[in-house]
Amino acid sequence: MAEPTGYQGLEAPGRDQDAGPDVPRSTPSEREQKILGIIETARGKRPKFRDEHINMAHGAGGKATQRLIEGMFLPALGGGALAELRDAATFEVAGLGLAFTTDSYVVKPLRFPGGSIGELAVNGTVNDLAVSGARALALSLALILEEGLEADVLRSEVEAIAAAAAEAGVEIVAGDTKVVERGHADGMYICTAGVGRLDPRAKLSPVSLTPGDHILLSGAVGEHGTAIMLARNEFELDAHVESDTRSLWPAVDALLGRAGPHLHCLRDATRGGVASVLNELARASAVSMLVREAAVPVDPAVAGAAEILGIDPMYVANEGRLVAFVSAQGAEEALAALRSVPGCEDAADIGEVHSEPPGMVLVQTGFGGRRVMDQLVGDPLPRIC
Amino acid sequence: MKFVDEFRDAELGRVVAGEILAAVEPGRHYKFMEVCGGHTHSIYKYGIDDLLPANVELVHGPGCPVCVIPMGRVDDGIALAHQDGVIFTCFGDMMRVPGSDGSLLDAKAAGADVRMVYSPLDALRIAKQNPDRQVVFFAIGFETTAPSTALTLKRARAERVANFSCMCSHVTIVPPLRALLESPDLRLDGFIGPGHVSTIVGARPFEFIPADYGKPVVIAGFEPLDILHAISMILRQLATGRCEVENQYTRVVPYEGNLRALEVMAEVFELRPHFEWRGLGFISHSGLKLSDAYADLDAEQRFAVPGLRVADPKACQCGEVLKGVIKPWECKVFGTACTPERPIGTCMVSSEGACAAYYNFGRFAREREVV
Repeated sequence: MAEPTGYQGLEAPGRDQDAGPDVPRSTPSEREQKILGIIETARGKRPKFRDEHINMAHGAGGKATQRLIEGMFLPALGGGALAELRDAATFEVAGLGLAFTTDSYVVKPLRFPGGSIGELAVNGTVNDLAVSGARALALSLALILEEGLEADVLRSEVEAIAAAAAEAGVEIVAGDTKVVERGHADGMYICTAGVGRLDPRAKLSPVSLTPGDHILLSGAVGEHGTAIMLARNEFELDAHVESDTRSLWPAVDALLGRAGPHLHCLRDATRGGVASVLNELARASAVSMLVREAAVPVDPAVAGAAEILGIDPMYVANEGRLVAFVSAQGAEEALAALRSVPGCEDAADIGEVHSEPPGMVLVQTGFGGRRVMDQLVGDPLPRIC
Repeated sequence: MKFVDEFRDAELGRVVAGEILAAVEPGRHYKFMEVCGGHTHSIYKYGIDDLLPANVELVHGPGCPVCVIPMGRVDDGIALAHQDGVIFTCFGDMMRVPGSDGSLLDAKAAGADVRMVYSPLDALRIAKQNPDRQVVFFAIGFETTAPSTALTLKRARAERVANFSCMCSHVTIVPPLRALLESPDLRLDGFIGPGHVSTIVGARPFEFIPADYGKPVVIAGFEPLDILHAISMILRQLATGRCEVENQYTRVVPYEGNLRALEVMAEVFELRPHFEWRGLGFISHSGLKLSDAYADLDAEQRFAVPGLRVADPKACQCGEVLKGVIKPWECKVFGTACTPERPIGTCMVSSEGACAAYYNFGRFAREREVV
């Protein structure tokens, strides 16, 4: 390749020519403040949904999902409980506290190390109830099946559903079956809805985070998402990582039992990972958070795959991990409670809630510097350089 | 992870940060540009600017290969993707970059067959698996990724994969640097040289920076210790009155570069007379196209491509932000017409661009001491 023989200098765009020499310019600091103010205002507004088509980012759990939900669904549908955007709606019927939620499952491949779509469909919905402080009572099960699906594949998923339901102590009480033409539904999609009974020990709310609260994580992060990525075999990486899919009720039960009054909020860190949960709650409670990266447990195989693919495990999906916000007095007891639950032995205290700057999650990196852990913009796609 | 954790040692980091603090002249403000987007990424990931004294400022350079692709070229890619029978393949980051009317991700949602690949060889494999379709690879990147595109094209030729072609948007690092340096209002004191690019081109192509423009260059690796070490090396050059190209990344970068890779590139590519950069305008001899010998694999020759130039909005001041002349918030369109959701210039496109970073984190930078 020949050396470049010439270059064209950059054309410097004119600087503010409309503002003539007589117009006084605001001092930089005033102007900077003003612009930061404009950004603040724009951020505080409910997002508008202006996209012409739905793309994959709308399902990734990040900013695009938020735009869709807050810009289209809530204005049309969100009168009461929906507007709170919790993992499950909670309400009272004849003096009995109940929680209700729904979720759909479209994972590809259907089976992966550590689990399958049927197991997810039970645990995912049980967990949405659990982190709302409710023990699952009953689930509905809707199946959308692709023409040509092998009966044995379906049978093994039905068995997986039965086993997961038995493990979680929940009954499947209603169902529906639809079949669509070959080429649709990728084998099968599953939708479950669940009703749970609110535990009287639980006083949980996403707006109740208080400066000083400790942030507890129930185990290592990123295992489910990494297991799925590896199972798709697109990367030719040879590592064994298992999905962490499990019912979180035992962990919630232990937390409520030993630290109930100190417990402010619980979330399961599914799509978008722990980082998305922290950002959502920092906004909801108008607090900031400081996470100690070195304290976050990550399996070495997950860390290695994330390193190669240029992904931060904090943004990778989990299916059996919760984040708990506990007041300082209850933190030690809550951590001990979590660690006593099978599957949560690696639970850790990963940071604290602060007051300023509100809505922001900061990370103290393992190397010592601090940075912002932002909301996810789209799917965590690998970087190219 | 062995050979990685050693370069992320917080203890050693504190030592080097201490050396940097000792090396800065009080009252002097230093601006260093990290040329490569990979460095910018590490600086954010490890919070490196948080470890630097307030008078050492890092300016993010033009080295993010995704962000510099102009709107017109994204539009061309989308037009190609919409043609009958075409499977359009590109790297994941590229799918989000906005053209004048949406991104490749939007084109995918509108029905185009756009697929994300992790290497050009994946695209070639898709071509072999779909012999009745035309598979186009959108090749982007600096000298770092150009050799793998070149090798893929050679393989496509050798294996006679007739339905594979490449829309080449590779760029070279030296011309934009020269254009930056040539500008009379440049306010930079030194450069953190691009480690990945240098693995291919070596250290020699950067010698003109100290020789012709009197600015030190230290080629650096991508771990946090590498970057801190490089900053301390630049400061030492400034303090002792030296001005040269130094190689911090000797464990990977040979001074002469990778001759085999350069040979393959010379065979497959040739320089375009000029290439447009988002936010920077046209820069001569800064882009690559397929050489005459490989013209039959050139997607722009195989298909009708609109090739329309979409002008960057006049108000965009990316050039000045990159030169360190103005701060992101001083740009006329920052935060109003140009936001991360609807970016205009290169600095706002990637989350690591100077403007996007300031938009998202500027408030944190101001309130650093609060937490």
